[in-house]
Amino acid sequence: MNDHAAHAHDDAHDVPFLEDGKGWKSWLFTLDHKRIGVMYLWSVLIAFAAGGVFALLLRLELMAPGKQYIEADTYNRFFTLHGAIMVFLFIIPAIPSAMGNFVLPLMLGAKDVAFPRLNLLSFWIYGIGSIMALSSIVFGGVETGWTFYTPYSTNTSGAVVMMTLSVFVLGFSSILTGLNFIVTIHKMRAPGMSFFRMPLFVWATYATSILQVMATPVLGITLLLLVAERTLGIGIFDPALGGDPVLYQHFFWFYSHPAVYIMILPGMGVISEIITVFSRKTIFGYRAIAYSSLGIAIISFLVWGHHMFLSGQSAYAGMVFSFLTFLVAIPSAIKVFNWTATLYKGSISFDAPMMWTLSFMVLFTIGGLTGLFLGALGVDVHLHDTYFVVAHFHYVMMGGTVIAFYAGLHYWWPKMFGVMYREGPAKFSAIIVFIGFNATFFTQFVLGTRGMPRRYYNYLDQYQPLHQFSTFGSWIIGLGFIVMTVNLLASFKQKVKAPANPWGARTLEWSIPSPPITHNFHKTPVVTEGPYDFPVEGQAASGAEGKHA
Amino acid sequence: MDTPNGYWMPPAASTVAQSVDDLYFVIFWLCVVFFFIVTGGVVYFAYKYRRKHPDQLATQQIGHNTLLEATWTIIPAILVIWIFVLGFRVYMDLIVAPGDSLEYQVTAKQWAWDFRDPDGCSVPGELHVPAGRPVKLTMRSDDVIHSFYIADFRVKQDVLPGRYSSVWFQADKPGTHNIQCTEYCGTSHSNMFAKVVVHTPEEFANRAQTFCKVTVGKEHGEKLYNNQCAACHTIDGNRLVGPSFKGIWGREGKMSDGSKVIVDENYIVESIRIPTAKVVEGYPPAMPAFPTLTNDDIASIIEYMKTLK
Repeated sequence: MNDHAAHAHDDAHDVPFLEDGKGWKSWLFTLDHKRIGVMYLWSVLIAFAAGGVFALLLRLELMAPGKQYIEADTYNRFFTLHGAIMVFLFIIPAIPSAMGNFVLPLMLGAKDVAFPRLNLLSFWIYGIGSIMALSSIVFGGVETGWTFYTPYSTNTSGAVVMMTLSVFVLGFSSILTGLNFIVTIHKMRAPGMSFFRMPLFVWATYATSILQVMATPVLGITLLLLVAERTLGIGIFDPALGGDPVLYQHFFWFYSHPAVYIMILPGMGVISEIITVFSRKTIFGYRAIAYSSLGIAIISFLVWGHHMFLSGQSAYAGMVFSFLTFLVAIPSAIKVFNWTATLYKGSISFDAPMMWTLSFMVLFTIGGLTGLFLGALGVDVHLHDTYFVVAHFHYVMMGGTVIAFYAGLHYWWPKMFGVMYREGPAKFSAIIVFIGFNATFFTQFVLGTRGMPRRYYNYLDQYQPLHQFSTFGSWIIGLGFIVMTVNLLASFKQKVKAPANPWGARTLEWSIPSPPITHNFHKTPVVTEGPYDFPVEGQAASGAEGKHA
Repeated sequence: MDTPNGYWMPPAASTVAQSVDDLYFVIFWLCVVFFFIVTGGVVYFAYKYRRKHPDQLATQQIGHNTLLEATWTIIPAILVIWIFVLGFRVYMDLIVAPGDSLEYQVTAKQWAWDFRDPDGCSVPGELHVPAGRPVKLTMRSDDVIHSFYIADFRVKQDVLPGRYSSVWFQADKPGTHNIQCTEYCGTSHSNMFAKVVVHTPEEFANRAQTFCKVTVGKEHGEKLYNNQCAACHTIDGNRLVGPSFKGIWGREGKMSDGSKVIVDENYIVESIRIPTAKVVEGYPPAMPAFPTLTNDDIASIIEYMKTLK
């Protein structure tokens, strides 16, 4: 590994980016992709905490049937906020905007993204959209569910317009970030970095960005139509005004199904990075993983109808959507097999990022496999809109994306902040979250199969023991994340300086000091090999030399 | 009857339930196998190839293996297509109602279900069906989207405003099962609860004398007319105490106070509830109120009146 940290330089921007400017203005008006990434990171972490608190309150209320602590309308507002905050303020921007912004240009050997000002604009828009979303709480709250199904959403009271407009605004942040990344990946790669020498995180981000640019406008238009119906009485979705409520569902899921992959693809990218580094092994089936990202991106546009098997769409539509849904399972399965095969004959260590990654492997596998039940039309009829669906998408979104996000956070934390956290508590938190997660959500598979509908404030007595168990599980998850947070924040106080490349990784972001200097690279690196060309036992480690000129 | 179908499934109480459960368990065991292949591989490799000293490298670098990759692409592809076909078959059984189904009308509103059997019988919050006969429900919503779900029957269908949807089932054993709303519809979504009661064919045939006295429809209206109205109102145009019902529906009549009124639903309801509010010119204000008649009864009388051309 080359270590540029040793180089001394007298360039004005030759200081770690964290020290290049002081005060809030140096952050809010920065054009440095790393600082923008860090601002996104703190924002999404706060959103995760807020969404998590709502989740814990929901689970607490569900300890027993009937009213425990809050009223039905409050419960309905809480699950709407939990969903909306977690989806729009946390998961969608979490990996692309926070980690993507930070590491994507570094991985490409670039000094910044293609459009730094547009990048800052994305963050501002995200900030404005987030404030709008949270302000809906004081403007009467929203209790439509995060999906805003019509005609309920056009007729109920509350701050539906504020919330939907906030999602509209947040969409622009997503689109602009996606656009920026696509251009960056096409135009800013270091000399020698062909498409097939790009790290798989870049491939995943690339596929994600295409989805963001192509699908998000549909959601924006749909939500504007919803606002037009609510405020101007223009009949589009409400049958009382001559509209069609199922049309709304088509529009909504035309975005929101690809959005599921906007959420999971970057997580898959993170896993591809970590699993190679902590196995000291080249990724098995690089091209298969890269192409499967694109395959998922394309097919994901054609499966939205599987959210609507019972909506009244035709049986033929149901048949086609079911078939295409099963097809989209294949590229995801390929990735899982490839990751597993990557471990074979590796040299595997169990540092914190790898612990989170192994947790991902198990949870995402369960999440993916349980999708088979829901894709099968005959079984979906029974399971649709029950806790089975809740459990399934939490295994994919939380067990998949969120766990991958925290794997990535522990992986890149030393690079981002130049400090090492303590290994013990970091591993411990990964294990605690894994246990709590399964206690909470595996229980919900049983609940759903036994016929417990979702979005229920009250429920039949027969479901009480399982609900209670699920609530206990949620406390374990909460504990795990508290341990993790304290441990990561403590690293700022302990100030254990991170080396340039603590994990022995071979992608370009690890070839520069931790934290990087403002302009990333003293000299533009020249890439002469793939991102995962690890040496083998007996072979000289010098194989790595000359990679970065 | 009420014993769950194994650890996972609720009781299987409809004719299609077992085939749904069978498919569920096909997928279940397939998932178990794949789960153990993947996690077994992960755990085994993670243990076997664990790093024993800090400088240890991988023993071999493997970029890819075309045969292996083709295998784990093609086998899952075949399996998922197989599941797709099985799922579609069960689905067709679930959605295509037999031609001899008893046809029910269902109306959903925030937050109650209304069920009417082919004779117009309705019991609040209860769906009464016979065992051994297919039952088809034609459903609509008065307000927002709801969803009709009987877990024990494995049937579910969204209920939409401005559009009809339908669901069918056949239960072969008498018993009671829960109906739940599974599309979020506001404050009391989780209390939008009803029961389906499956009767023996004999019980069901005698329902008019037992549980199903309240009915709606022109036949019921005719019965009520004969019991309650015929003493004062004829249906052949002759005058008794009050005006004849012949041709009354939609007619414009002059009232004793000089106003003109068209005979519509609102007028009939008012005439039964507050008979002295509008008295037809030339008739005495002699009609008593009929507080025992329910809204459904009045609706039935109206239906009957419409037939008296």
